[in-house]
Amino acid sequence: MKTFKIGGVHPPEKKLSENQPIEALPLPEAVSIPLAQHLGVPAVPAVKKGDKVKTGQLIAKGEAFISANIHSSATGTVTKIDDVVDASGYRKKSIIIKVEDDQWEDGIDTSDNIITECHLTPEEVVDKVNQMGVVGMGGAAFPSHVKLQVPKGKKAEYLLINGVECEPYLTADHRLMLEKSRELMIGITIQMKALGVDKAIIGVENNKPDALKKLRELAKEFKGITVEPLKVKYPQGAEKQLIKALVNREVPSGKLPIEVGCVVHNVGTSFAVYEAVQKNKPLIERVVTVTGSNVKKSSNLLVRIGTPVLNLIEAAGGLLPNTGKVVSGGPMMGKAIDDLNVPIAKGTSGILIFPDDEAQRVPRQNCIRCAKCVNTCPMALEPYLLALLSDKQRYEEAEEIKIMDCMECGSCHFVCPSGRPLLDQIRVAKANVGQMIRERQ
Amino acid sequence: MNEVVLYSVLSIGGLGTVAAIILYIVAQRFKVIEDPRIDEVEEILPAANCGGCGLAGCRNFAERVVNAGTLEGFNCPPGGQDTMNEVAKVLGLEVEEQEPIVAVVRCSGSTQLAPPKTRFEGLNTCEFAHSLYSGQSGCPYGCLGEGDCVVSCAFNAMYMDENTRLPVIIEENCVACEACVKACPRNIIEMRKKGKKSRRIFVSCVNQEKGGIARKNCKVACIGCGKCVKECNFDAITLENNLAYIDFNKCTLCRKCPPVCPTGAIHEVNFPPRKNKQKEKDKSEA
Repeated sequence: MKTFKIGGVHPPEKKLSENQPIEALPLPEAVSIPLAQHLGVPAVPAVKKGDKVKTGQLIAKGEAFISANIHSSATGTVTKIDDVVDASGYRKKSIIIKVEDDQWEDGIDTSDNIITECHLTPEEVVDKVNQMGVVGMGGAAFPSHVKLQVPKGKKAEYLLINGVECEPYLTADHRLMLEKSRELMIGITIQMKALGVDKAIIGVENNKPDALKKLRELAKEFKGITVEPLKVKYPQGAEKQLIKALVNREVPSGKLPIEVGCVVHNVGTSFAVYEAVQKNKPLIERVVTVTGSNVKKSSNLLVRIGTPVLNLIEAAGGLLPNTGKVVSGGPMMGKAIDDLNVPIAKGTSGILIFPDDEAQRVPRQNCIRCAKCVNTCPMALEPYLLALLSDKQRYEEAEEIKIMDCMECGSCHFVCPSGRPLLDQIRVAKANVGQMIRERQ
Repeated sequence: MNEVVLYSVLSIGGLGTVAAIILYIVAQRFKVIEDPRIDEVEEILPAANCGGCGLAGCRNFAERVVNAGTLEGFNCPPGGQDTMNEVAKVLGLEVEEQEPIVAVVRCSGSTQLAPPKTRFEGLNTCEFAHSLYSGQSGCPYGCLGEGDCVVSCAFNAMYMDENTRLPVIIEENCVACEACVKACPRNIIEMRKKGKKSRRIFVSCVNQEKGGIARKNCKVACIGCGKCVKECNFDAITLENNLAYIDFNKCTLCRKCPPVCPTGAIHEVNFPPRKNKQKEKDKSEA
């Protein structure tokens, strides 16, 4: 079975919610929609205080090239445009809408009918995706319309679809592949058309046999789409690792996947593309897994963007008194949040809740030079050395040994028997090296 | 046998002589004449290499100061006035009297006044904590309490108060090298004039949030009400981004602003206790 060659770990899978169908979460009393929920330049508000907005109405425009439009996820009144704490732990500009109703904007198809045919040209598809504010749903939230345009002089050969979901606990993509498989396939066909490629491969880890079976059967109906089972290994969902696993090509350091003729999209993104192009529906809701060992009812919820995390937790049985940590995202790369009113953003794939005893870090001890971190690093770096250089503030040397290739997957920290905060130190150095590089330019 | 020894000695000796002559000529030709005063000045400097002067160590400072021919713009903070006087003596220059400055921590959000809502785990440095979240109390401007400043101090002039989780500056040891200012990711530490008899008045807060939000996280935050600005007769206080700032060049230490601050964010240090405290209290109540 295929997988990437260098490094990687296999944390306990713990897919507690894999058999829970996607349920729609009722609308909250108010949604607060951050203006910066994608990579790149924050969107610019197109509404003002007191405006009445409909569900799906454009409320903030992405004006730069790497930016994304933002739409209202409910019908109601804009009460204020103010700073609200988001998952970063800091206050960021957000549009707060008091929810009154759920009246969709005209022209949006909210029915369940599946529309197979797409008559748009590639340019029109890219434009539609841009209009509807679609971003990468895997977590990094990179504006999708940028990735659907092949830069001049380059040629895309493969569209790789990431259905790996290598993070433990998360099942949002898994459920989406099972329940919305036909829509997903149509979305992939549309993306293939936009990129001008005739081959698409969906990579799915073999711990999701039901999804694999279903997609394989469906793939017979769609030309050019194949489904590839992959060995379970973290971080297979990372772009470069997925390319290595599926087509055995290596993206050069500091370069983008298009360099080796590949474009990678998440299954969630493909589904969002389907909805944007075929149904005219902007990205205003997503599937979020609420799970963890301190959740009464692990579930997969269809949530409107801007819903407070607290509402999701209550839908999953409420917060237990011995809760120690609430994480936004997956357990490996996610981030603990310090406020339960943090809104769900386009890139939030899961909410994990852990009891106090599980949330503790392993006590830190001295490095025993076992080199486990070196063997585990999927980018073939030397985490122990990077951490040491970070500690000594020798950032030039860290840059030389390719610290910027680190994708912060956390595998090194995960395997370290001494519980050393390797990734923490690498992050500090990465921030400083990034600063150095920007100053040089 | 003897011939072998003779030839070896002659050839090696000859080679040595030729090399010595070349070396001598090169040494004469490319002689670097260094001002002997550079070494003299370097001797005087504290050799802490702290970088407080803004240059790369004491040697660099000595070179610059000798070549510049003037003392304007040069100051050795750890050496202080005495060192600068001695440097001036060596160079035969006049030295300008510098007013002593000292580091000031502009945050009072102790664990009691700004109670922590979360617990931080992970790499215990402020730089990392700052990149992750706003802080245990929720104030995105306040002290993170991990002590990057204390680590950066080479003069034992700082320590972390275990109870308040705020850094404390030992005034006598502080040489104003600014290492802590650079180490703090939130720009909380500021260099201010030491003031007459070490008396200083400053706003002990850097929070730029709106008053209500700032107050929710911390009882002693500056809420930007502007009362102190009105009270000041010397235009020393400015209000920008919901935060008052006292210009130490204009402040006359009249002590009028601290009592009007509703949150007690304005600190006065090393002043004798107020005489008519009770009277003032009565006045404000009436």
